[in-house]
Amino acid sequence: MSGHVFHPGHAELHGITVVVETDGPVTYVGRYDSEDEQGVHMLDVGVHDGSAGGSSKDEYVRKSAKFGIKTSHKHLVVPADQVARITRLAEMAP
Amino acid sequence: MPYNPALVAPMRAEMTRMGARELTSAAEVDAAIGDQKGSMLIFVNSVCGCAAGNARPALAMALQHSVVPQQVVTVFAGQDLDAVARARQYFGEYQPSSPSIALLRDGEVVHFVHRHQIEGRSPQAVAADLTSAFDRFFGAAVE
Repeated sequence: MSGHVFHPGHAELHGITVVVETDGPVTYVGRYDSEDEQGVHMLDVGVHDGSAGGSSKDEYVRKSAKFGIKTSHKHLVVPADQVARITRLAEMAP
Repeated sequence: MPYNPALVAPMRAEMTRMGARELTSAAEVDAAIGDQKGSMLIFVNSVCGCAAGNARPALAMALQHSVVPQQVVTVFAGQDLDAVARARQYFGEYQPSSPSIALLRDGEVVHFVHRHQIEGRSPQAVAADLTSAFDRFFGAAVE
């Protein structure tokens, strides 16, 4: 079973844990599933709202990389017009 | 809902072939991890080929290293639900992900490999990270 992928034909990032940054204060961390006219579909998602005070976005991403994602949404769609950047979490980790 | 047992049987067998002991109930997890002394690796298995398909061979490679954990156990996410839930209680502040790999020393997590540290990487690269962790946390200097 080594190397077997159950999800052939999906986007390159399918199944990969990503950080979705927006033009606003909200950042999403979770598994990229797919993208369509609605936006980016993510699974097992944690959300950081920089306008709510607390830790910075960088600190949130760093903690997610070290301790894992504290998920608040099983499935979430980030509207396409809000997506500023999508980066693999592994690439943003220190 | 768990996958068909026949589908996951080869993934279970891949683990036991490399010497991992399967823990399929909460009681088995407690017996293995509670009061655990020495070094232990817990592999949280998964059906998702995106990451687990590389994680299992990576672990098999890493276990050929000169320094390895004294015990290797595995629970199967999405299959043995009670066992996985109980194992995660031992992981402290580390959030659930699967596949994932926890290194424990005397029952405390000393290193954790999340799914995102496995995805999209070759088994060789993941194995290299694991053997480095084995040396760091289980090597002679820390015995």
